[in-house]
Amino acid sequence: MRISRIAAAAGGVLIASALVLSGCASDTPDDNNGGGSASTGVVNVAWSEPENPLIPANTNEVNGGQILNNIFAGLVYYKADGSWDYDAAESIESDDYINWTIKLKADQKFSDGTPVTAESFVKAWQWAASNPDLLNQWWFIDAIAFKGGTYDGGDNTLALDVVDDTTFTVELASPRADFPIALGYTVFFPLPESFFDDPDAFGEAPIGNGPYKLAEDGWVHGESLALVPNDSYTGPRKAQNGGLNFKVYATLDAAYADLLSDNVDIVDSVPTSALGTFKDELGDRAVEQATAVFQSFTIQYGLEHFGDDEEGVLRREAISHAINRSEITDVIFQGTRTPAEDFTSPVIAGFDPASIEGSDVLKYDPELAKELWTQADAIAPWSGTFQLAYNADGGHQEWVDATVNSIKNALGIDAVGLPYPDFAGLRTEVNDRTIKAAFRSGWQFDFPSQANILGALYVTGAGSNDADFSNAEFDDLFRQGLASPTQEEQSKLFNQAQGILFQELPAIPLWYGAVTAGYSTLVDNVEFGWDSWPILYNITKSE
Amino acid sequence: MFWYIVRRLLQGIPVFFGSTFIIFTLVFALPGNPVLRMFGDRTPSPEQIAALEAKFHLDEPFLTRYFLYLGDVLQGNLGTTYAGQSVNEILARTFPTTLRLALLAVLIQLIIGVLAGLISGLRKGGIFDHATLIVTLLIISMPVFVLAFVAQWVFGIQLGWFRPTVGAGAPWSDLILPAIVLAGLNLAYVVRLTRASVIETSQNDFVRMAYGKGLSRGRVVPVHILRNSMIPVTTNLAADFGILIVGATVTEGIFNVPGVGNELFKAINRHDTPEIVSIVTILVIVYVLVNIAIDLLYGVLDPRIRYVK
Repeated sequence: MRISRIAAAAGGVLIASALVLSGCASDTPDDNNGGGSASTGVVNVAWSEPENPLIPANTNEVNGGQILNNIFAGLVYYKADGSWDYDAAESIESDDYINWTIKLKADQKFSDGTPVTAESFVKAWQWAASNPDLLNQWWFIDAIAFKGGTYDGGDNTLALDVVDDTTFTVELASPRADFPIALGYTVFFPLPESFFDDPDAFGEAPIGNGPYKLAEDGWVHGESLALVPNDSYTGPRKAQNGGLNFKVYATLDAAYADLLSDNVDIVDSVPTSALGTFKDELGDRAVEQATAVFQSFTIQYGLEHFGDDEEGVLRREAISHAINRSEITDVIFQGTRTPAEDFTSPVIAGFDPASIEGSDVLKYDPELAKELWTQADAIAPWSGTFQLAYNADGGHQEWVDATVNSIKNALGIDAVGLPYPDFAGLRTEVNDRTIKAAFRSGWQFDFPSQANILGALYVTGAGSNDADFSNAEFDDLFRQGLASPTQEEQSKLFNQAQGILFQELPAIPLWYGAVTAGYSTLVDNVEFGWDSWPILYNITKSE
Repeated sequence: MFWYIVRRLLQGIPVFFGSTFIIFTLVFALPGNPVLRMFGDRTPSPEQIAALEAKFHLDEPFLTRYFLYLGDVLQGNLGTTYAGQSVNEILARTFPTTLRLALLAVLIQLIIGVLAGLISGLRKGGIFDHATLIVTLLIISMPVFVLAFVAQWVFGIQLGWFRPTVGAGAPWSDLILPAIVLAGLNLAYVVRLTRASVIETSQNDFVRMAYGKGLSRGRVVPVHILRNSMIPVTTNLAADFGILIVGATVTEGIFNVPGVGNELFKAINRHDTPEIVSIVTILVIVYVLVNIAIDLLYGVLDPRIRYVK
């Protein structure tokens, strides 16, 4: 999962917010390929210092990710609406969804002049899979399941083969039809030869093959990072401006203050303090759109009264019915989020809550909730307090309080929020399974496929299956879905699998996130993508 | 005097070890594993956790970690952050900015505070005096972040007199507004201290004597009254300088000043032990040094106060 800017700053899942998605297929604006239409101004982007050196396999948060995304070209790239297209790749093909043949476009170069070859990808991926202390290593083992990947690392374990300069093959451990979609993620970027000589130096001054390159001495730590257009880039994401200047801001409030006076052009997250006013202050330049963030809370099956049995299911259903999602999103989030209708996100292809059985468990119905709770009491009487844990450094207190109040009023039980001072403390107890409360959870999609969230959170034994949910039927439907050749078939199976999630409720869905952002009066063609990131190469700004 | 200075400086050594040890203990006692935070809502595998813990020595016992850190420090290396950046470099980058900000704030206090206090003191009970007392009371009672936000909104965004945040390289002109806000914290005390001191001094015999000699007001006020009133004010300003360097975090955050306070805040958020310990220790040392300087200043300002030995 990508760690958003706010998660990075405050340790929580990103405070994004949602609007109703109105038919997600906004066609990308015309490509501006007609030479003279490009602008020359340098676009200023609000940013904060990446947490790690700029190495694709070690970057899982948004600040580093944004830079890498602009200086590298992966095999594929994502358009604003979440659809994908080839960037460095010419084709990605497979007959069985296990053995893939990837062909690159000819004559591509890194910004240092060295060629981009099949080897550039294969070596980069093998290196990433070989070091367990890299934050993105799990992609090769858990997320995609390459054949040969292990958490212990080891050299050249992945089943990758270089066929010729522009062709290589990949063997996966099990079939997955959405493999090409995942390949736009940071960890799959290629690396030039010079990287392997000195990864540390590379992390300070990365060399990529994308639409931009790092300006000379472009990275002033704690202050800014400057990118200039990369002339040797020939792909579809050609820079339409004179460069990007990422400015470090300590707080969202400071960035927003600069936006109001045109000192910065792009702010990708409006501070909470301005959520009520930013639309008035920015007018047309205010951005509010749905994004691929799913928010929930999780109750581990080890928690008393919430086990994998009839009582547990009744209590989970009762709690879900007891939460007035629409009121909370209206009042607490001022309408900037939308109540959840499934376990994925409206901007991800295949979203179709109407077709999912049992999704009405998300409906606010205090009487039914009370009835279900009483039925559970008949099995084993409830005692104690329902607690919902959250990290106090992430701005979660308001909605947690509202949620537990809703539960308290509907069920007539004691329900309270349980604050943890910081994110690390909360995650440690979740990870050690010592937490004795329900806890907030969420997922920001890494690539636009339902498989990204369903596979990581709910499959038996999956890395981020914090609830310890295990259901053979769900696993089976998920695997079948992965191997389905078409999007329609895949979604059908995934939505069937979600029906099981609604029966068992390993997590209680709450709402979907949205990007609330803004831009200055000096820029045009600003568009935010499905992942809440601004599409920077398309922005125009006159000098 | 010389031995006094040496002794005070030698006292800095136990302060260094004591403060690093205490801060290290406190950071160590923070609940939660910083490695887990790096993965957000994703849960890493046990192998990944083990590998990262080994990389950052998080799997070592407390004392081992402390001595590993001390070993680095004694070689002049304040350690590296989890992101692999040298803390020395971070401090070299951020400290000058904070120093400049604090210096500017003290200057503003000195100029505005002493001037307002002097006028108030000389015209005790007048309109200016009452106005100053009321305004300073208002400023004292206002939390610094309110002051900062209001100043940023009014002078930065609405009037456009200043940039709302500090730009690249933190030029002096951008530091003025945050420095005014920062100065506001202590400005009221400077005004009141100066005022009281001026009133007291004015009643002294030597002032009456000076007037009696026929000296003009323009000579008596600066030379006889002001100079003799400055002892408590100067020590207050010097002590405040230390507080400003240490306590600028809130202001630095709001005005996006790339200083130490900002960096410390981010480090605490990341559980970045080496960075937190190094920054806090340096701040402790600065504070100690400033206090030594104040003690020495007493002697310089007033020949009657001299440490013998």
